[in-house]
Order: sequence, then structure tokens, then C-alpha cells
Amino acid sequence: MSYLFLQHYWCFVVALLAALLVFLMFVQGANSLIFSLGKTEEERRILVNATGRKWEFTFTTLVTFGGAFFASYPLFYSTSFGGAYWLWMTILFSFVLQAVSYEFQKAPKGHNIWRVLLVVNGILGPLLLGGAVATFFTGSNFIVERGTLPLMGEPEGALVVSRWANASHGLDALLNVWNLCLGLAVFFLARILGCLYIHKQVEGSLFDNHDRIIQPLWRSTWLFLGLFLAFVGHILTCEGYAVDPATGNVFMEPYKYWHNLIEMWPLLVMLLVGVVFVLWGIGWSIWNKEWKRGFWIVGFGTVVTVTVLLLLTAWNNTAYYPSTADLQSSLTMQNSSSSEFTLRTMFYVSLLIPFVLAYIVYAWSAIDKKELTLDEINHDHAY
Amino acid sequence: MNHLLAIDPTMVDWARAQFALTAIYHWLFVPLTLGLAVVMGIMETLYYRTGKEFWKQTAKFWQRLFGINFAMGVATGIILEFEFGTNWSNYSYLVGDVFGAPLAIEGIVAFFMESTFVAVMFFGWNKVSKGFHLASTWLTGLGATISAWWILVANSWMQHPVGQEFNPDTMRNEMTSFLDVALSPVAVDKFVHTVLSAWVLGAVFVVGVSSWYLLKKRHEEFALKSLRIGAIFGLVSSLLIMASGHHSAYTVAQTQPMKLAAMEGLYKGGTDQSLTIFSGINPFRQPDYEQTDEPPMKLAVPYALSFLATNDIHGQVPGIRDILDGYTKVDGTVEPSLEEKIERGRCAIAAVQEYRKAKREGASEEYLNEVVTEIRENMPYFGYGYVKERAQVVPNIPVCFYAFRIMVGGGCLFILLFALSLFFLYKKNITKVRWFHWAALICIPIAYIVSESGWLVAEFGRQPWTIQDMLPTWVGVSHLGSGAVMTTFFIFLVLFTTLLAVEIGIMCKQIKKGPAVEEVRK
Repeated sequence: MSYLFLQHYWCFVVALLAALLVFLMFVQGANSLIFSLGKTEEERRILVNATGRKWEFTFTTLVTFGGAFFASYPLFYSTSFGGAYWLWMTILFSFVLQAVSYEFQKAPKGHNIWRVLLVVNGILGPLLLGGAVATFFTGSNFIVERGTLPLMGEPEGALVVSRWANASHGLDALLNVWNLCLGLAVFFLARILGCLYIHKQVEGSLFDNHDRIIQPLWRSTWLFLGLFLAFVGHILTCEGYAVDPATGNVFMEPYKYWHNLIEMWPLLVMLLVGVVFVLWGIGWSIWNKEWKRGFWIVGFGTVVTVTVLLLLTAWNNTAYYPSTADLQSSLTMQNSSSSEFTLRTMFYVSLLIPFVLAYIVYAWSAIDKKELTLDEINHDHAY
Repeated sequence: MNHLLAIDPTMVDWARAQFALTAIYHWLFVPLTLGLAVVMGIMETLYYRTGKEFWKQTAKFWQRLFGINFAMGVATGIILEFEFGTNWSNYSYLVGDVFGAPLAIEGIVAFFMESTFVAVMFFGWNKVSKGFHLASTWLTGLGATISAWWILVANSWMQHPVGQEFNPDTMRNEMTSFLDVALSPVAVDKFVHTVLSAWVLGAVFVVGVSSWYLLKKRHEEFALKSLRIGAIFGLVSSLLIMASGHHSAYTVAQTQPMKLAAMEGLYKGGTDQSLTIFSGINPFRQPDYEQTDEPPMKLAVPYALSFLATNDIHGQVPGIRDILDGYTKVDGTVEPSLEEKIERGRCAIAAVQEYRKAKREGASEEYLNEVVTEIRENMPYFGYGYVKERAQVVPNIPVCFYAFRIMVGGGCLFILLFALSLFFLYKKNITKVRWFHWAALICIPIAYIVSESGWLVAEFGRQPWTIQDMLPTWVGVSHLGSGAVMTTFFIFLVLFTTLLAVEIGIMCKQIKKGPAVEEVRK
């Protein structure tokens, strides 16, 4: 295993974790519908309990995504989290509120407050994470200077290796229309997945025999498709951040991401497969109300599509975290990864992932083998 | 370099305060999770073996409390992980190659196990077999414990950096031995001591809550059986923690002598050192360790500190001034003075600068190797290159001194609590000893104070180092204004405090509601 292989491998693992996170944000998507889909107390309660059986997976994937990124690309961790401070703090803040809002439904009074907070996380989580991911294409305003370290402690004070080049510390990302576009697309995708999860998991007699789920599913689908196609159209036609493999210099290349797709044609095939699965899962679920596999079909399509999109930002000599303030500060797989020793050590650890996935699948299917009913939440452990 | 701005020194204080705040809140929830995991595992095992519904309801009751607490632990934990990046950007870059790995492994190996099986534990009672459910309960606890292992590996590495080397080409520390990092003696000690302390806290909680039921004359059978399990579990954990505490002190003496000196208020050390039981150190002011030889009103046990630190009653324990001035160890090796360490740290920094300059100018391989040798020789003192005054390397003595005594004193108190619990259970009628019920109840908040004190000793004692001898706090931070970090500090303070208040309310409500054992009987 060469160093280059390991850098590509870890890029794939991080992209896959991010894609799984987007899929698992069906929890956020369903939570954003608590008050609009749930008309009665019973309906709202069953929505909370349906996602309440799965929220830990989303949360754990977010934590593992952070840990894996830290271990494999520490300069990204240092630059993005330390720089885009307000963006990440807002994301974290919303996830903290989500984590406590399930158990806190048992608070002596005011359980609606905690439901509102679930809705807040349901909107902000996908929107901001989607916006943050979009910066991998659109760039961020930072400067990296590794030579700074020995100068720390000079009379004028200590200096920082990575810094944000403006005072907004990440909020500027939300002013970019394409970041917002992907953020909203991820939000509506999460809603689609949320609708399909409720459709699959909650007993059939609720929500007017699931008729009411179709409406937000339709609406979210059109909005998602419009936003997603606009974003994909933009990135495939815009200039991208290319890297000269000989010198490591970053330069702008027209149609860079389109070139990446053509030059890495298996990714193009995967992208098409992913999109087809997403459309198939949604379309068939709307067409045939009895069909409950849409959640898994769309979920698979989501994971494949998002993984491909993220790989387009890094593989094939591309700067995955480009800097708009100083092009040469842009982060590439080569200039920001951990050492070969660490990547190799972590590679062996990552061989445990299939085992972890296997027990997750087993435990998940054991819990989900029956639909969630009102009887269950009234007589068993519930929020 | 003009475009690079100087770090605002007050930002360092706010970043430290925010991390301390998050860590303190996180540690309010984690120990109960770890402790209750074992208790509910034991109870469910009894249900599995006996088939009695009583044990099922007992296990479910403690699992309910576990669940409320678990959510808060998770919520505060995620902030801690990401704060390394948000507030400690230089740190993340400088040591991410070593430090990131345990965090990633924690997520992959432990956190997924915990979150997968906790769902089965709560929602799987009527969906999976008894055996699978029991396994899920134990795996939830095991996941939490393995998670603690990797977090403590990361923390221990900051206290005693091993298995790494500075790479002047990448300007960061890189891992050279994963096993040295994962199995460092400091990590082993810290893991054993921390997990045992969590078990003690969990046991105190169970004994306290059970005593409340006895006080209220409710659910007496449930309370007596829970109390018995809690007391036995707590007594065993407490006795084990004494042994692990002694070993931890020994390791601290070898790896962080300044921390031990601060814990002891030992200004001038030597051989045959006594262990201070009490002294009149002003809790609000750093004492004058430069001019005085020992704290006022010192009451001490002769030779005990030497034994604690070296396993020899005549062993040598350096004091704060010895460490600052340099001293000769009993084996003849010389520990350099602070001035020498600062000099060597500056040599290391200058050599790193020279290496980069020489590399840019295309210097010969031979010259570069010479510079690298100079870097390696002085690297153990790299962090001292950023130190300007003696006072900067001395931790807050009053906090370390008193927190250490609260921790040890509390540990002894809990041994007494568990021993008395068992005495009253087996020799007397414990349902009638009301003063004991009150005492056990009061011990719950004391257990939290004791538990937090342990962390105060560990973290205050290593100041000013983010990474021992390598990176002082003021070099590890992000490029942020103090206003930004101060704002998030207060946001988290208000948020965590509010959530804590709500959680206590829900816990009390659930405890008042009690287990469903009587309902089962009816």
C-alpha cells in the first residue's frame, strides 16, 4: 500500500461517512415535519418515537465523521473548524439540542418546547451541513501558513497556522447562493427520506392511511430535484480547483469537475446509478402506497450519489478544500493528510467497519421488523 | 508574515474556560452512565437467570435513569470533540496525526457499539430474545467503557506524549508507534482509575436512591436488593480504586513531577517526604513557593509521600523549587533547571526555523541532517521555548492541593458508606436507620464533587501544558477574537446549566414515580 493509495482510501472512507450521515439525516427530515405532518398529539408523539429509535446513529456517524477527518486530514480539522467557527458552532449547537430533546419529552411540563427544538435541528442540521459540504466546491476564505509555528512566542505573540481571512468566521459561506442551494437540497432530501421512513415504519392506519405523507413527499421531491440539478449543473460547468501533481500548485481549471467525471468514468456510472435509485425509490413509493422499500432504495441512491460528489472534490488532482483567499493555501489530499504511518495504522482499524456495519444491520432489523404502533408507545419504553 | 495576526491572550483564557466548562459538564453525566451500565447489567443478568419479573422491572428502572443521563453525556461529548478543532486549531494541526487516531477509533469501535445496542436495550424488550437483550445491555456498557478507553488514551497522550516524533518537513508531530500511544502506562492507569471512580459514583447513586425509597417507606424490596448490589459493587470498586490511585500517583511522580508537587503543596522536596493531610494554603491565592519551604499549619504523615511517589519510604520527591532550579536524582542523573529547558526549547525552535530556511535555499543533505539532529536533541523541551517566566510553568497550587484532598477524602468516605450499608443490611434492620438513609442521600452530590475534583487535579495539575513539555496552552489556540469564544462560552454555560436543571427535574420525577415492581405483583 503506497502513501498515495492510503490518502485516496481515507478520502473514500471520509466521503462514505459523510454520505451515510446525509442518509441518516432522515431523522432530521422527519423531525422537521413533526408539526406539519402530525396533526394530533398521538401523531406527533409517534413521529418523535419513530425517529427517537434512530437518532443515535445519525449522531454517532457525525462524531465518527469528525474523528475520521481529524485522524486522516488534521489540517482540514484545524483549518475548517478553527476558521469557520460560527458555522460549525451553530451546527453543533443544533445537534446538542436534538440529543437531549427526546429524553426531555419526559420533562414535567412543556414537551412541545423540546419538539420545537427537534424541528429546529431538523431544519438547521441538514441545511448547514449541506452548505458546509458545498464549500468543498465553492471554496472558503482561509489562509494556511505552516512556517508560522516556529515564530510563535515572538515578542508580538503567538501565531496560528490556519486562519480565516475575514471576520465572519464561516457565516460568509451562507451568503454564497450555491452553498445555500446545496444546503436546501440536502434539507429537502432529508425530508424525502424522513417521509419514506415514516411511511415504512409507522403503522398503516395513521396519517390517513399514509395519504398525508405523499403530499410533503411530492413537494420535497420537486424542490430537491430543482435545487440538486441546479447545483450539479453549476459545478459541472464552473471552474474547479485543480492541482499540479508535480509541483502541488493549485490552479483554476474550467470544467474541472466535469473532467473529473469523464476521467473517472466509474464515478460517472455510480452517480447515474445513485440518481436513478433516488428517483426510482421516490417515484415507486408515490405510485404504489403499499410498497415500503422506497426508504432503502432512496437511501442507497443517496449514499452512492453523495459519495461520488465528494470524491469529485478530492480525487484526480483536485483541491478538496479550496481557499478563495489564497489559492495556494487550498487543501489537497497530499498536503493535508496524516503521515503514512498513521494512515496505514488507521487502515487496519478500518477493517473493522464491515463488522460494525453487520451488527448495526442486525440490531436495526431486529428493532424495525415490526411497524411502530400507538399500542407500543403507550405500553412500552417510549418518549 | 505581516498578514498573520497575534493571538489575543485573553482568547486563550476563554478557550481554556470553555473547554473546562464543557469537560466539567460532560463529566457530570459520563460516570453515572459507566456506573449504572454495570448495575443494570447485573440486574438484567439476574432476570435472565431467575426469570423473575421483579429483576426485569428493577433493571428497567435503572435503565430509564441511564437513558436520561446518556443523552446529556452524548450532547456534551460532541462539543468536546469538535472544540479541539474550533478553539485549538494549532494544537489540532501540530498533533492531529497522533491525537486524531484515538478519536476516530473511539467512533468506529466504541461509539457505534454503544449507540446500536442502547436502542435494542430500550426498545427491544418485546422484540428480541432475552439473551440478545441481555447481551445488548452489557454491550451498551462495554461500548461506553471502550469509548472511555480511547478518550483517556488521547488525554493521557497529552499528559505524557509517547510514540511520536517531530517532522520538520511537515512541521508537526507524527506517530511512530501506535502501541506506545494506545498502551502507554499513563493511559492504563488513567483508564483503570477513571472507570473505577465512575463505578463508585454509580454505586453511590444506587445506594443513595435506594435509601431515599427506604426513607419514604416505598418499594422496600426493590430498594433493599438494589442497595445490596450497589453496596457490594461500590465496596469492591472503592478498594480497587485505592490500589489504582497509589499506582497513578507513582506514574504522575515519574512523568509529571510538577503536578505531584502542586497536589502536595511541596515547595522544597528531597528524600523521606511526608504526605500532607492538611495545611493552611490560601485557597484563593497562589502561595509564595519561592520564599517559603512549606505551607503553614502543615499536618503530615511521615514518609507517606515518598512511599506514594516511589514505593520507597525513603524515596526522593522533588518540590516545585527543585524542579524550577534543577536537581540531581538518586540515580545520579541531573534534571535541568527551567532556564536550561527554556534555552534548549529556544534552540529547538531556532533549529526548526533554520531547517526550513536551509531547505528553501537548497542546503546540502549533510547540513540538513545536522540541523535535524539538533532539533531531535532539544525537542523534549520544545514547549519551554515559549516560556518566559518561572511562574508560567507552576500550576494553580490551591486548586490542585484541595481538589486532591477532596478526591482522596471522598474516596475514603465512600468506603465507609458501602461498609456501613453492608453492615446494616446484614447485621441490623437497615430500614429503620433513618440517619443512614439521609447520609447515603447526601453522598450523591458529594460523589459528583469528588469525581469532578479528580479531573480538576488531572487537568489543573498539567498546566500550562496542552501537551506536556511540548505545547503550552497559549500556542495551541485558534485565530479567533476573545469576543467570539467568550460568547460561545456563555451560550454553552446557559445551555448546559438549563439542560442540567431539566435533567435533574426529569430524574427526580422518574425516581418519585419509582419502579413498576409493585404493579407487576398486583
